[in-house]
Amino acid sequence: MTIVVDIGHRQGTFDLAAQFASSGRLTALFGPSGSGKSSLISVIAGLMRPVKGRVEVDGRVLVDTEGGIFVPKHKRRVGMVFQDALLFPHMSVAHNLRFGRWFTPASERYADFDAVVELLGIGALLERRPGKLSGGEKQRVAIGRALLASPKLLLMDEPLASLDDARKAEILPYIERLRDETRIPIVYVSHSIAEVARLASDVVVLAEGKVVACGPTGEIMRRLDLLPAEERGEGGALLETTVARHDEAFGMTVLGSGAGEIRVSRLNMAVGAPVRLRIRARDVMIATVEPEGLSALNVLPGTIAAIEPGEGTAVTVRIDCSGAAVMARITRQSRQALELAVGRPVFAVVKTVSFDTANTAAGLRGEADG
Amino acid sequence: MTWLTDLTPDEWNAVQLSIKVAVVAMLFSLPPGVAIAFVLARKKFWGKTLLDGLVHLPLILPPVVTGYLLLISFGRRGPAGAFLAEHFGIVFSFRWTGAALACGIMGFPLMVRAIRLSIEGVDRKLEAAAGTLGAHPLWVFLTVTLPLIVPGMIAGAILSFAKAMGEFGATITFVSNIPGETQTLPSAIYTFTQMPGGDEGALQLTLISIIISMGALVASEALARRVGRRLDIE
Repeated sequence: MTIVVDIGHRQGTFDLAAQFASSGRLTALFGPSGSGKSSLISVIAGLMRPVKGRVEVDGRVLVDTEGGIFVPKHKRRVGMVFQDALLFPHMSVAHNLRFGRWFTPASERYADFDAVVELLGIGALLERRPGKLSGGEKQRVAIGRALLASPKLLLMDEPLASLDDARKAEILPYIERLRDETRIPIVYVSHSIAEVARLASDVVVLAEGKVVACGPTGEIMRRLDLLPAEERGEGGALLETTVARHDEAFGMTVLGSGAGEIRVSRLNMAVGAPVRLRIRARDVMIATVEPEGLSALNVLPGTIAAIEPGEGTAVTVRIDCSGAAVMARITRQSRQALELAVGRPVFAVVKTVSFDTANTAAGLRGEADG
Repeated sequence: MTWLTDLTPDEWNAVQLSIKVAVVAMLFSLPPGVAIAFVLARKKFWGKTLLDGLVHLPLILPPVVTGYLLLISFGRRGPAGAFLAEHFGIVFSFRWTGAALACGIMGFPLMVRAIRLSIEGVDRKLEAAAGTLGAHPLWVFLTVTLPLIVPGMIAGAILSFAKAMGEFGATITFVSNIPGETQTLPSAIYTFTQMPGGDEGALQLTLISIIISMGALVASEALARRVGRRLDIE
């Protein structure tokens, strides 16, 4: 399953010239607002006709301006979840969910009503009206509605952007289940690094209407230069780990990773379960000798692989810890004081409490550690 | 209260005829009303201003002028009237159907305005969402747009009905004032006022007219509330 997009479009003074291909399970289109990611997804959904370009999903051409092809949206079988749910206000939740089913040819229906309702935990809402649902519930129903049309591709346009943190935390696990338990490829638009780091298998980074980078999430997350300046500290290393054991006495979970054991707050996951761990660059300290008498529990030995030259206050250091990269954001002053240079053996130090629910998430099941 | 129900056959005819004319005018103008409101709300085309003006013409012209225009176009010898009579056997002149046509046309701008407003209020992204779920544009209109504009359709229908109940100038010009065929309530009231000693009859019919119009208004409010609750508009 591959998505190929190559689009040129002009809207007022805004130029969109984006090109990418992805065969990931969940491809994130990441970028600040105004970067063109929503236009891009609108073209894939058929809500916007590009001036020129080509869109191909799984070998099927949806748009080809040269060949004069523009498949109308109702024939694309591309599901869409909008930022503001857009449930039909005059129908019950159950009718909303069944809407797409009526228009799906019987031979192409693969989504099972009960399974989807169970997957999204919306069984208790079926008889209700959309007006009586909370923001998080609406969004879950909207996801279910799109799924039940048995789409070949699911697009999600900032589905969490209009929700508060508690509602986001409520929905994220459902999107993870969607990614892991169904076989529908997802294209997910977001401007949140935390969401992208947690959910995406692949990332397309957009800025001012152009694709600036495209690749597996782990690689993109390490490239802090791709992030807006004020959010560079949010980026960092993404480690695919597994639960090694739980330390009940201290309420901690020990994760096994290529970089060594990492202790995080107690996770509600079984031993052996994959966990995707985001180590924010701003949470990592560097020590030149193995520290003693230090409260931080995670001390990972490694060598400096790269130092991003910078003029500002901070520089980014990439530390190679037995093959796994850990990123650290430190001041230029510290770099000078410690005489850090590429090739120097150091220790990356991370406090256990710096891992919260926003950066420990269920890892992608069935995929090799990335 | 007995004097209110104690009507002569002609008066009773006028009441029944008025209701029949108003209901027929309302029902027949609803489908074209929705279609034209939709076109005006959504489409961009050459001559849109002209169409908009044409729809509003009955609102700004003196009713007598509208009636006269109907007479020369839909009368027996009028081009439209002759064509319809010859091919479909539909005759408007000096018939109750002509009264319904006149009333429908007079109420049409009011109906189109109400429906157009409610179509403009529909979130087009809801229609886009229905499209991504596989619904053909026609199905989107029938299953999403139409149900959402029901309150506007009710408002438009009741305005059309009320206008029809009160229409006088165009009707009397087009189809005259024939008791039992084209004499609606306003025409009957007018006849009473032209007769010596007709005051009581005029007052009687006036009161009936008020009751019917108020009843229609109350019924439509109740209906709109019910639909509004069903739509759950936040």
